[in-house]
Amino acid sequence: MTTTQQPTTLDPDESVSSNTMTRAERLAGLVQRRGSIVVLALVVLIASVSFDAFPTIDNAQNIAIQSSFLAIVALGMTFVIISGGIDLSVGSVYALGGVLAAYGIQFGSLVGLLLPLVVCGAIGLLNGVLVAYGRLAPFIVTLATLLGARGLLLAITDEGSTTRLMDREDWLTQLGQGTFLGLGIPVWITIGLFAVGVVVLQRTRFGHSTLAIGGSREAAALMGLPVARNTMLLYVGSGMLAGLAGALAAAYSASGVTIVGEGLELDAIAAVVIGGTLLTGGAGTVGGTLAGVLLLRVIQNVINQVGTLSSHYQSVVSGAFLAVVVAVQSYLSRAHLRGGKR
Amino acid sequence: MEAVLAATSIGKRFPGVVALSDVDLTLRAGEVHALVGENGAGKSTLIKVLTGVYTPDDGTLEYLGERKRFARPLDAQAAGISTVYQEVNLVPLQSVASNVFLGREPRNRFGLLDFRAMNAQATQLLDSYGIRVDVTRPLRTLGMGVQQMVAVARAAATEARVVILDEPTSSLEPREVDTLFAIIERLRADGVAVLYVSHRLDELYRICDRVTVLRDGRLVHSGAMADLPRLKLVAMMLGRDLEEVQREGATKFEGEHAAGQAPVLAASGLSAKHRLDDVDVTVRPGEIVGLGGLLGAGRSETVMAIAGALPLDSGEVNVDGKRLRTGSVAAAMRAGVVMLPEDRKADGILPDLSVRENIALAALPRLSAAGLVSRRRQDSIVDTFMKRLRIKAASPDQRVGELSGGNQQKVLLARLLCMQPKVLLLDEPTRGIDVGAKAEVQALIDELAKDGLGVVLISSEFDEVVEGSDAIVVLREGKVVTRLEGDNVNEAALLAALAEDSRDD
Amino acid sequence: MTEVVAAPRANAGTRAWLRDNGVYAAIVVLVAYNLIFTENFATMANLSTQLVQVAPVLIVALGMALVIGTEGVDLSVGSVMAIAAAILPLYLGYGVLPAVLLALVAGGLCGALNGTLVAVVGIQPIVATLALLVGGRGLALVFADGQMTVIQNDSLLGLGTGELLGLPVIVWLAAALAALVWLLVRYTTFGRQLVAIGGNRSASALAGLPVRRVLMTTYVISGVLAAVAGIVATARLTASDPSAIGNLYELSAITAVVVGGTPLSGGRVRILGTVAGAVLMQMITATLIKHNLPDSTAQMVQAAIIVLAVYLQRSRAGGGQ
Repeated sequence: MTTTQQPTTLDPDESVSSNTMTRAERLAGLVQRRGSIVVLALVVLIASVSFDAFPTIDNAQNIAIQSSFLAIVALGMTFVIISGGIDLSVGSVYALGGVLAAYGIQFGSLVGLLLPLVVCGAIGLLNGVLVAYGRLAPFIVTLATLLGARGLLLAITDEGSTTRLMDREDWLTQLGQGTFLGLGIPVWITIGLFAVGVVVLQRTRFGHSTLAIGGSREAAALMGLPVARNTMLLYVGSGMLAGLAGALAAAYSASGVTIVGEGLELDAIAAVVIGGTLLTGGAGTVGGTLAGVLLLRVIQNVINQVGTLSSHYQSVVSGAFLAVVVAVQSYLSRAHLRGGKR
Repeated sequence: MEAVLAATSIGKRFPGVVALSDVDLTLRAGEVHALVGENGAGKSTLIKVLTGVYTPDDGTLEYLGERKRFARPLDAQAAGISTVYQEVNLVPLQSVASNVFLGREPRNRFGLLDFRAMNAQATQLLDSYGIRVDVTRPLRTLGMGVQQMVAVARAAATEARVVILDEPTSSLEPREVDTLFAIIERLRADGVAVLYVSHRLDELYRICDRVTVLRDGRLVHSGAMADLPRLKLVAMMLGRDLEEVQREGATKFEGEHAAGQAPVLAASGLSAKHRLDDVDVTVRPGEIVGLGGLLGAGRSETVMAIAGALPLDSGEVNVDGKRLRTGSVAAAMRAGVVMLPEDRKADGILPDLSVRENIALAALPRLSAAGLVSRRRQDSIVDTFMKRLRIKAASPDQRVGELSGGNQQKVLLARLLCMQPKVLLLDEPTRGIDVGAKAEVQALIDELAKDGLGVVLISSEFDEVVEGSDAIVVLREGKVVTRLEGDNVNEAALLAALAEDSRDD
Repeated sequence: MTEVVAAPRANAGTRAWLRDNGVYAAIVVLVAYNLIFTENFATMANLSTQLVQVAPVLIVALGMALVIGTEGVDLSVGSVMAIAAAILPLYLGYGVLPAVLLALVAGGLCGALNGTLVAVVGIQPIVATLALLVGGRGLALVFADGQMTVIQNDSLLGLGTGELLGLPVIVWLAAALAALVWLLVRYTTFGRQLVAIGGNRSASALAGLPVRRVLMTTYVISGVLAAVAGIVATARLTASDPSAIGNLYELSAITAVVVGGTPLSGGRVRILGTVAGAVLMQMITATLIKHNLPDSTAQMVQAAIIVLAVYLQRSRAGGGQ
C-alpha cells in the first residue's frame, strides 16, 4: 500500500459524508418516536367521523379518566424498561395500593394516602435491591413479587372476601372522584406526573443515566455512572407509582376492590412499547407512553362503540400491535447496525 | 519532563495465574508512550491496574507525585486518568453531546440539564479537534471512526492528565487514523501523558516517543521508540533472542511432511470489510500451513472465513476442487472443513455437559437413526477418540468444565475429528494448556498431517508456527504480505516479514 | 488463561447440593410432615386429587422447561391453553378427534408464531411471547364469543373423569408426556442440540448445529403442550371457559421449572426436577390449606421459594468463574 502523508486536519464535509443519515433512516427514527401519536390521531379522527357518540365531551372525559390509572402505572414502567429492565409486579402492587388506601383511610386520610405509597415503595425497593445489587433477572424477581404482593393483598382482605368502602366525603376519596375544570382530578394528577416524568427523563442526570444504563450497562459503569443506585431507584419509583395509581383508582370507585389489576402489567408494558420505547432499553419517551395508553383506551372505547364487535378484540388488537411494533423495532435497529457499524 | 504517573514493581495474581510480576511503567507529561506485547503479555491487566479496575497485589502507583490507590474506575477518572477502550464504550442510542458529557452534564440554576450549553460545549470541543459533526445526532448514526474520536474527546474533556488508548485504530480507515493522530498530537502539546496500545508497528513508530514491551506479565524493555529497531521490537514481543533465532527449537513437530500435489483447500480473494483484504490460502493434503502475523493481523478472521463463520464480501473457498457456499458453517463441515476456535471457553466447550456430549456434539446427526441418538455408536466413537487423544477424564460422563485446559482442548479436537474432516483449521491449539499437553497436541497435529489431512495452524508461539509449518502465509492488517516456503520457513525470515515497514512496499 | 479447577468451598458445595436436590428433599420433608400431622393425607383419594390438580401445570411446565433450556421463555402458554379450550367446542360436532387435533394444531401455530419472532426475526423471547400472551386470550374469547360452553361430549368428558388402574387418566397422560419429553431431551439428536444451543449458542453455531430450526421446534412443542393442557383443563372443568382457563399458568409453569433446578440461563433441562417442582408447589399449597392457612400465605411462600431458587442458581453462574 502506498501511503502519502496526508494533512492531519480533517476535511469536515468529507469526514462525515459517509455518516449522514439516509432519508430512510431519518424516517425510521421518526416512526419510532412519533408513530404512536400519528396512529392515535388517525384512530381518533376515524372514530370521530364514524361514531356520533365518540366525539362528545362526556366520552372524552370518560376516556381520560379510564386512561389515567393505567398511565400512572405505565409511567413507572417506562423508566424501568428504558433502563433495560421490566417490572411484572405492578398489577399486583396496583391492586394492593387500592386496598391499602381503603384500609388506611380509617386511620385518617393522610394515612390512607401514605400507606400505599410506603408499602408499594418498599416492594419496589425489594425488587430494586434484588435486581441492582443481587444481579438477579428483573423478570423473575418481579414475577416473585407479583405473587408476593397478591398474597399480601389477600392477607389483609380476609382472602379477598372483604371490600372496604371509602367515605365519599373524605378528601382522599375526592382525589379520585372530584373534578376540576371538567376533568377528573386523577387526570390532572396524571398530567402533572407526566410533566415531571418528561423533565426527569429529558432534563436530569438521573434520567440521562437511565437512558445510558439501558443503552449499555457496561459503558455506563465504565463512564462512572452510579448504575446500581440508579437502577434500584427506578424500581422504587415504579412500585410507588403503581401503588398511587391503585389508591387513586380505589378512591375513584370509593372502595378497595381486590380483584383489579390482574394483567395490568401487560397493558402497561404494551402501552410503553407501542409508545416507542425499546424493550431492549436505551431509548424511549414519556410522551410516547401517554400516547400508547390513550391508543389502547381509545381502541377499547371504539370497540365498545361498534357494539356488534366483541369487546375481546381489544386485547387481540393490543397483542397484534405489540407484535408488529417489536418486529418493526427489531428491523429498524438491525437496519441501523448494518448501516452504522461494520 | 515530569512523571505524571509512575507504576513501580506492580504485581497482580489471579487464582492460578500470575498476570503481572514486577512491572514498572512511567508516563511523563507530554509524551506518547507505546505499550506493546502479544496475547497474555499483561497489557490489559496493567491498564486495569492503572485505572482502578484492579487493585495491584504488589507495587505502588504514584500519581502527580503522590502515592495513590484507586478503589474504583470512577476515582481514577475523577483524578484525571481517562481510558478509551478497544471496543467503543459509549452509548450508541444517545446523542454525540450526551456521550461526551454523560455523568457531568452542564446544569442550569434549577439543576436541570442545560442542553444548549451542552451542545455548544460539545461542538466547540470536537471542533477544536477538527471533528465537525452535528452533536445532536445519535452516536450510532456515525461511522466507527467518528465514534472513536468522540470517545477520545470524552476522555480528553475530563481535564485528563493521562489518556489511555487501547487499540484505538483497530476499526479506523487510514484517513480517520490521521485525524486521531492529530488529536493525539494536540494532547501531547497540552502536556497530557498518552499511553498508546497498538500492534501496528507503523503507527507506533509514527506517533510514539517511548515504548514499554511486556511479555508473559513481565517487563522486557522500556526506552525511546526511535532507539529500538523494528526487528528487535518484534523479536522482544515474541520472546525471541535475535542471536538464538537460528538455533533449533524444542517443539514436538517433526520437519517436513510429504505433501500431495492437488490442494485439498484453496481459498482465494477472501475479503471482509475492515478485516480481510484479498487473502489467498492453499493447503495440500498432508501439509501444515501456518498463518503468521501479529495480533490483529487477520489470522483468526481468515480461518473463520474459510470455516463459514465469518460472512465475506467476496472470495471463494474450494475443497477438493469443489466450490463451497461461504458463510455457512454447516456447508463447510459437510465438505470436510472444520475449525478449532480461538476462544475455547466462549466458542468451544459446553462446560456443563459431559465429555461424551461435547465430543459427539457436531457428529450427532451422523450418530443418529430417525432422530434417536445411537448410544452404542456414540460410545464407540467417543471411546475411540478419548483413547487416541489420551483424554484424561474420570469417565466420559465427567463435566468438561472440570477438566484441565489441555484436556478440554483435546475434547474439542476429538469433536472435530469425529466429523472425518479433510481440512483442520486450528486457531491457537496450544494456548493456555500445560507443557505436557502442549507436546501431546503438537505431536497429534503432526500425526494428523501425516495421515493426509490439510492443516492450517495459527499460533502466537513463534517456534510453534515455524517448526510446525511446511509453509507460512504472513498476514498484516488483513492482507497477505508474503508466503514463506521450503527453506524460507525459518524464524529469521518470518521476523523480517513481520517487522517489514509497510510504507516501504 | 490457565485452567484452575476450583476447590469447592464447603459453602458452595452445600449450595450446589441444594440447587440440584433441594426440590426432592423438600418433597420428602413435606410428605413426612403431612404423614404425621395431616389427617387423610395418605389416602388414595387425596393423592388423586393432588395429582389431578398438578397435571395441567406439569404439562405446560414440560414445554416451558425445554424453552428455558434454550435460554428463552414462553409467556404465552396460558393464552394458548385458552385458545385450545375455545377451539374444542367449535368442532366437537365433527367428533372428538378432529376437535382435539385442531386444538393441537392451533397450539402448534401459536408456537410457530413465537418461534418465528424469536428465531427468525430475532426478538428477545420475553417480548416475543408477551404479544401472544396479551392477544391470545382475547382471540380465544373472540372464538368463543366470550361465552363459557358446557361440554357434553362423553369421550372428552371421559378424559377428565376417567380412571385407569386406580389413577385418573389425566395423571397417566401427564406422566406419559413427562416420560416422552424426558426421552426427547436425553436420547434424541434434537434434545441434545437444544441443550447445547442453550448452553453456548456461539459454540453450537460454530459446531454447525441448526440453531434456528431447533429454536423453532422448541417453541412449537411448547405451544402444542400448552394446547394439550388446555384440552385437559377443559375436560376436567366439563366446560370450555376461555376467560379463566390457563390464567397465570405461565407463572406456575416457570416456577415449577425454576424450582426444579433448571437454570434460567439455559443449557440444562431437568425434566424430573420440573415434575418435582410442580408437585412441590402443589403440595405446599395443599398443606397450607389443609392446616387452614390461607391462600395468601401460600402465594407469599411461593414467591419466597422462587427467589430462593434463582438465588441458588445465580451462585452457580457466579461461582463458575
